Amino acid sequence: MTLLGEAMLWLSLLIALGTAGLVAAGSWKRDAALASVVRRSAHVLCGCLAVAALSLWVGIVRHDFNIEYVASYTAQNLPTGYLVAALWAGQKGSLLFWTVVLSLFAALAQWLTPRHHRHLLPHVAGVTAVVLAFFLIVMLFAANPFERMAFTPADGRGMNPQLQNPGMMIHPPMLYLGYISITIPFAFAVAALLSGRLDTGWLHAIRRWTLVSWLFLSAGITLGMWWAYVELGWGGYWAWDPVENASLLPWLTMTAFLHSVMIQEKRGMLKRWNLMLIAGTFLLSIFGTFITRSGVIASVHSFTQSNVGYFFLVFLLLAAIFSFALIWSRWPRLESEVELESMVSREAAFLFNNLALVGIAFSVLWGTLFPILSELVRGTKITVGPPFFNRVNVPLGLFLLALTGIGPLIAWRKASAANLRRQFVIPVLTGLVTLVVVVLAGARDGYAVVAIALGGFVLGTVAQEFGRGVRARGRMHGEGVMLALARLVSRNRRRYGGYLVHVAIVIYFVAFAGMAFKRETEATLKPGQSVELASPFGHTYTFTHMGVSQYQALNRIVSAAAMQVSRDGRDLGILVSEKRQHVDTFGRPTFEPSTEVGIRSDLREDLYLVYAGSVEGTEEAVYRVAINPLVWWVWAGGFFLVFGGLVTMWPGGITVKVARPAALPARAAEAGA
Amino acid sequence: MRSERPRETRRIQGSGITGRRRFIGSLAAMAVMPLVQAPGDTTGAPAGSARPRPGDDGRLYLPGAAGRPRTPTRPGDASEEIKLIEQKLACHCGCTLDIFTCRTTDFTCTTSPRLHAEVVALYEGGASGREIIDHFKAAYGEQALMAPEPEGFNLAGYFVPGIAIVLMGSVLTWVVSRRLRLAPAAVPDPTQASEPAAVTAEAEARLRQALAEVED
Repeated sequence: MTLLGEAMLWLSLLIALGTAGLVAAGSWKRDAALASVVRRSAHVLCGCLAVAALSLWVGIVRHDFNIEYVASYTAQNLPTGYLVAALWAGQKGSLLFWTVVLSLFAALAQWLTPRHHRHLLPHVAGVTAVVLAFFLIVMLFAANPFERMAFTPADGRGMNPQLQNPGMMIHPPMLYLGYISITIPFAFAVAALLSGRLDTGWLHAIRRWTLVSWLFLSAGITLGMWWAYVELGWGGYWAWDPVENASLLPWLTMTAFLHSVMIQEKRGMLKRWNLMLIAGTFLLSIFGTFITRSGVIASVHSFTQSNVGYFFLVFLLLAAIFSFALIWSRWPRLESEVELESMVSREAAFLFNNLALVGIAFSVLWGTLFPILSELVRGTKITVGPPFFNRVNVPLGLFLLALTGIGPLIAWRKASAANLRRQFVIPVLTGLVTLVVVVLAGARDGYAVVAIALGGFVLGTVAQEFGRGVRARGRMHGEGVMLALARLVSRNRRRYGGYLVHVAIVIYFVAFAGMAFKRETEATLKPGQSVELASPFGHTYTFTHMGVSQYQALNRIVSAAAMQVSRDGRDLGILVSEKRQHVDTFGRPTFEPSTEVGIRSDLREDLYLVYAGSVEGTEEAVYRVAINPLVWWVWAGGFFLVFGGLVTMWPGGITVKVARPAALPARAAEAGA
Repeated sequence: MRSERPRETRRIQGSGITGRRRFIGSLAAMAVMPLVQAPGDTTGAPAGSARPRPGDDGRLYLPGAAGRPRTPTRPGDASEEIKLIEQKLACHCGCTLDIFTCRTTDFTCTTSPRLHAEVVALYEGGASGREIIDHFKAAYGEQALMAPEPEGFNLAGYFVPGIAIVLMGSVLTWVVSRRLRLAPAAVPDPTQASEPAAVTAEAEARLRQALAEVED
């Protein structure tokens, strides 16, 4: 099977290079059959790479430990789910996974794109073929997943215990899908530039793709936070690690694009900016891959340092030069159709929203690269950790949160003072009431208080928008509240789905703010001994150590430390944290013992229990106990974000006719905002 | 609560072996336990027991499987002040974490407990947080800090993003304002009457309704 897999990689490389060559030569423009061949090459590539991926999977499932990748990341006693996930557990396999998914997206783009955008597809096929060719070259010349060893070990090394979590089966694929699917909007943007069709057609063609990318990235990032929280045992979900930052960067620029593209669609403005955002997002996705795989920046998430980093660096530079040179070559044709009419307008609010999002992206990038910069300038490699990122980015994040509430309140084109008063009264009052309530409740952390108050302001904005829409429908159509709400959302999915996403952002921020009130302690307890911890919500939790049990599971020996938990004297049940010593088929320990935390989650706070170990091999256990407020809401925020995104991209609804600005008097436009 | 792991919880509670998978697992345990038993560890349940229990003397059956032996917690370990100090100091083991996070997360690390002991000793010796941080910086260099001190070149790290955003915002505001000022003079429209066409109430109402329907 490895021969077949490797042969498929070589065949795919030839097809990808051939497709790219045909597109570059431009001969398909004169020959419809050739254009069809170019487009269909995407399907052939997808088929070849699917066979390659299946070949590796077969090797994994058959425990063919002669394959270096299989021996490095799997073992005979690895549970089946993780055998499947082993495809993306290591550098080489994840590159293959990336390639096969990209080929699938490329084929879907050719298949699903509506007929009236077909003129862009040969160029799209060319761009995706070039990106595929790059990944194939990396695999074939630097990280071959089918590489065989000179001998066959009796068992594999197994999978890192921290990867043996259900999150492994869903988080990396989600994040990869997000990263990879960015290539399709980028390919359409390049196609528009190359073909000279610079109207809004390419934007309509990529609308769903950008949302799909953004959704996968959002879900992937949130799942990563969840995984870090339940698996790594440090009690948090975001540590500003370079690899975490690398996933946030394209998300930020993609979010900026999703806002600014509305201005281009509605007003014909920001054409250059949108192209730069799409190109920048693609480059940041490659940059993230470079960071993860080069070892240039120390990270707890990184793959082993290898020479594939150089390949990515070269590709990143070439792609950046090509993209921006192409945009520059079309610069005169990318003039805005109209000018901004007022600094107090929805368009201006979107501009500042973009400024904030791209500014945060720059800030995160700057902090991530600052250790390298410092080493270059001063010869000292410094550490840039959470204190730095929090100090720089929290104020920017709060500014962005404020804009989330301000933007929807300002009319398109130009807002009058009367309009602003009418729009802002309720949200501002909501924000102020929230502020007073939070302060009276005893919260004193400045950033947390501001975040929650701004959250109230944004929720006020969203509630007002929904309320006005529902009332308007009630008046015009005589609909009841629920029916009006359902029809309002279904007929304006993009707008109201967007508001749901804003609600999700508020939930995130409030949940993040909750961690400012975290409580934790450490204790060493003999069976029957207790430790108490007061929660920020005024409860007192008592944790009573029950003892440590040891037992054998499929591929590990588990030491389970159990705590009886009560809140204000009322029994809540048993919380268990574990140490897991993974073993191979012959019972030999494979990794250092890992820790599994015990979590009890409710709407207000999480109880987070970590069994650090035992004293002198007895049942006397060392624990870290934490109360993490509002963590449940982080996951709720993720759910809302995905739900809002799905509402926005769901097919159907009404077709929005783009009104040319001259036809709309400013006063009337204001009234409709 | 580990209710999401009912199978393992039931095992702790001592239910019998049921099902093929558990049976096979138990057989594997019989084979594996003697192999992974720590040297010198002779206490606990009889060899081959499917569900080992701690011995009556409170000793674990397989101490080596429960991670590195721990020392009992001291008052300084749970001190909030020491935690805040340690969160500003980097562990040197290569983990990229701060001392507090590393010692309370990666229980295999031997560096962070040593650094923690150093912090506690300094704290108990009367040193302030600032003095402890300065001590670490002098002893281990600037890379001992989780965030660079805002001085010298490091100021660029802190202020470049903010300055860039303010600068970009200012430029954006200036350019747009300038265009707004110039726009009426620069683009006169001779086809338009000097007074804008009046919008009738009916037209405005119709427009408002249409916008309420479609605007997004």
